[in-house]
Amino acid sequence: MSLGDSATPLGRVKGLGASGHGGGHWLEERFTSVMLVFLSLWLIFSLAMLPVFDQMTFTQWLRAPSGGIPMALLIVFAFRHGVDGLKVAVDDYVHEEGTRIGIHYFLNMAGIAGVSIALFALGKIVFGAAA
Amino acid sequence: MNRTAQRPLSPHLTIWRWGPHMMVSILHRITGGALTVAGLAVLAWWMSALAGDGDGYAKFVELAQSVPGTIVLVGLTWAFWQHFFSGLRHLVLDTGAGYELKINRLFSVLVIVGAIFATALTWFVIMGVGR
Repeated sequence: MSLGDSATPLGRVKGLGASGHGGGHWLEERFTSVMLVFLSLWLIFSLAMLPVFDQMTFTQWLRAPSGGIPMALLIVFAFRHGVDGLKVAVDDYVHEEGTRIGIHYFLNMAGIAGVSIALFALGKIVFGAAA
Repeated sequence: MNRTAQRPLSPHLTIWRWGPHMMVSILHRITGGALTVAGLAVLAWWMSALAGDGDGYAKFVELAQSVPGTIVLVGLTWAFWQHFFSGLRHLVLDTGAGYELKINRLFSVLVIVGAIFATALTWFVIMGVGR
C-alpha cells in the first residue's frame, strides 16, 4: 500500500475506508442530509398548515407544484440517504467482502423498488384524474 | 478485515461509563435504521393509499389511527426528530467544532431533550388538525 510521495491527495484516499469508496460516499451522505433538513421541515410545516387531514385535502396539496415537487424530491433524497446510511452500518459490521457486496446489492435494489413505488403513486396523484 | 484470533481486541464497549454522547451516537444509527425501514415504508404506503380509491385510503387511516398504528407513528416522529437534531450535531462536528468535553456533552443532552419536546409539539399540532 505504498503510493509514494507523488500521490495526489485524491489518490491517497481513493479506494480507502470501510466502504472502499474513499470520501465520495461520505460526501453524498452529507449532501443528501442537508437536502433532507429543508425537505423534512417543509413536510412537517406544510402538514401543520393543512386545514384537515383527509384524502381530498392531501391530494389537492400534492397536485399543486408547491406540494408535488418538494414531495418528489423528499422521496428521492430520503431513499438515497436511507440506503447510504444502511450501507455504512453494513460496512462496519459485515467483514466478509462477498457478503458485504451482496447486502449492498440487496439494499440498492430494495431502495430502487421503494423509490419507484412511491414516485409512481405520487405521479398518479399529481397527473391522474382529479378525485 | 484480517483479525487473527491471538490478537486481543480493545474492550471498547465494556470499559466506558455510559454518557449522553454515546447514547446520541447509537441512537443516530438505530433511529436512522428505523426511519429507513419503517418510515420509508409508511411514506410509500401513504402515497399509494392516497393514489388509490376511497376504500383503500379509509383502510390506511383505520390502521394509522389504531393503537399499534399510533405507537408506530409517534415512534417514527420521535425517531425523525432525534435523527434530525443528532444529524445537525454531526454536521457541526464535521466542521471540526464541538469536541470540547463540556460542549459535546451539552449538545448531546440538547439533542435528546429537543427531540422529545419536538415530538410532543408535532403531535399536539397533528391532534389539533386531524380531529
